[in-house]
Amino acid sequence: MTVRVFVPRDSAARSVGADEVAERIAADGGAEVVRTGSRGMLWLEPLVEVETAAGRVGYGPVAPEDVDGLIAAGMLSGAGASLGLVEELPWMKRQQRLTFQRVGVVDPLSTADYVAHGGTRGLLAALAMPPADVVETAVDSGLRGRGGAGFPTGIKWRTVLGADADLKFVCCNADEGDSGTYADRMLIEGDPFTLIEGMTIAAYAVGAAEGYVYLRSEYPDAVATLKDAIERARDEGWLGPDILGSGFGFDLHVRVGAGAYICGEETSMLESLEGKRGMVRAKPPIPALEGLFGCPTVVNNVLSLATVPTILAHGAAEYAAYGTGRSLGTSVFQLGGNIAHGGIVETAFGITLGELVNDFGGGTSSGRPVRAVQVGGPLGAYLPVEQFDLPMDYEAFAAAGAMVGHGGIVVFDETVDMAAMARFAFEFCAAESCGKCTPCRVGAVRGVETIDRIVSGTDRAKNLVVLEDLCELMTDGSLCAMGGLTPMPVRSAVRHFGEDFQV
Amino acid sequence: MTSEVVAAAPVPVPGRARRVREIAEELRGLRGALIPILHAVQEEFGYVDQPDVAVIADVLNLAVAEVHGVVTFYKDFRRTAAGRTTVAICQAEACRSVGAVELAEHAKRTIGCGFGETTYDGRVTLEEIYCFGNCALGPAVQVAGKLHGRVTPTRLNALLGETR
Repeated sequence: MTVRVFVPRDSAARSVGADEVAERIAADGGAEVVRTGSRGMLWLEPLVEVETAAGRVGYGPVAPEDVDGLIAAGMLSGAGASLGLVEELPWMKRQQRLTFQRVGVVDPLSTADYVAHGGTRGLLAALAMPPADVVETAVDSGLRGRGGAGFPTGIKWRTVLGADADLKFVCCNADEGDSGTYADRMLIEGDPFTLIEGMTIAAYAVGAAEGYVYLRSEYPDAVATLKDAIERARDEGWLGPDILGSGFGFDLHVRVGAGAYICGEETSMLESLEGKRGMVRAKPPIPALEGLFGCPTVVNNVLSLATVPTILAHGAAEYAAYGTGRSLGTSVFQLGGNIAHGGIVETAFGITLGELVNDFGGGTSSGRPVRAVQVGGPLGAYLPVEQFDLPMDYEAFAAAGAMVGHGGIVVFDETVDMAAMARFAFEFCAAESCGKCTPCRVGAVRGVETIDRIVSGTDRAKNLVVLEDLCELMTDGSLCAMGGLTPMPVRSAVRHFGEDFQV
Repeated sequence: MTSEVVAAAPVPVPGRARRVREIAEELRGLRGALIPILHAVQEEFGYVDQPDVAVIADVLNLAVAEVHGVVTFYKDFRRTAAGRTTVAICQAEACRSVGAVELAEHAKRTIGCGFGETTYDGRVTLEEIYCFGNCALGPAVQVAGKLHGRVTPTRLNALLGETR
């Protein structure tokens, strides 16, 4: 039997040479090369895994020019300078992978692999229940929107189920524009059938016949993988007019974004799906009642939907046993920026920020001390090392003037200029604002000017008051989170790193 | 007759309007067809020209202003052809924490144009991008559609050399 060697096809792995490594191994002819997603240990990419009787043995990071030497040293039988068994690495062992259980393990486009690793079990369980029970299972699991807002997924579904309409939609928000977040991309590239299954379960629960995935154009590999997976799912009867012989019909389509950050906001995304400018809508009406084309619509993030199959397969109680307080289950944290060991950490809520950055992340990649960490994307707070004991929990973060958001954690070393980062938050808001409401459209521009005055020493004390006033107005008066949360990174930078503003 | 100098009209691509109409007609059955149509036109011609806007508006029974509004809202839709190679550098927070701003300054000096611009010889278009989702392996740069991680100024020079 030929040895199977696994090399990721994830775009992060490809960005550091995984394709060339896979080609070199294939050229040797001694093994069958299987392309998988990434395990999420991104500092080890390209990470090559070799199947042995004991399990998969890892080698990494492997440069293309290392391949011949590694093979000569016995890599194809698991010998030579390896990392050991991948599943036994402390980074992997300390995680609880539920949403990401198959990512990096399976061939993302193999339906046989998917089923062999527990795929479709959630869907089969759901189809055996009345739709309302599926909704209640989602409610009982405690699952909250992983896109950032943290709204209970099951409650949203309950509203859509209760809405009376001939046509309902399930829309997946895969417009993962926040810097420091890449779990949606890795899941779609590494295990797309899970998202398809989750959307199908959501559709069955609420009575929707049609679904859309709004996927950003900056993720071409994810677009290609998901489109291919949808075709294969149709061939398997996992999508279409009669799903797995249940008589329930649902079909799914991919829509590619066009480079607008604001389209990650759910109402702006719906406008864009309708073929319009991505202008934010006022709420109410909420999308659950009047969403896509005015129909009741479930809008959920990729990770929320991709977590649904495991909840249905193993029950709400098992999922809710993870986590803490009102933050139940696991969350997929993403370590990025200036970090030694960047990547995916899926673990129960409640782990502290410091454990993630220091224990998993190993501090900065530059070797300098950590100075600031931004959690939750460009609209999240900058936190100092003194707050590393904060538990990753929606409520604990909110109480500290911060947010967990989509779970992205970006690390900065001591060379960072926090006044420049605060200015950038306003610059970004000014560039990406949809322009519908004045606090966001004008406030962001005034914010850049005010920070420039503070930094240049022009009426510093007065302008700090203006800045605070502006932040308050944007927080209270903006139509959506773009203008409403831009003050969060700004205020936290002033509060925790006042010396950069000469306060 | 006046002697006023009128700017030359863009040279029409033979059959372009007919082909744009074909694309629009093929896709108009999709829900929210406008953005998929604009992507398809740009995929084929490299940019969305102003005359295309009127053709698409006609097929979708929309006002020209509505289509124009959509084309100009989204950064992806180009109004002129890009250079032979597009170099896109991530400028978002995670890449900034590992030197993306300095890398961008280096790129502008080396390539000889700013963000959103194309070199005079049409060789390179330089773009700023906000996040490729490669945040643990920054700075991230996309050259001719291929993503690269941990790009230093030296590495960028090598990548630019490969495109010559």
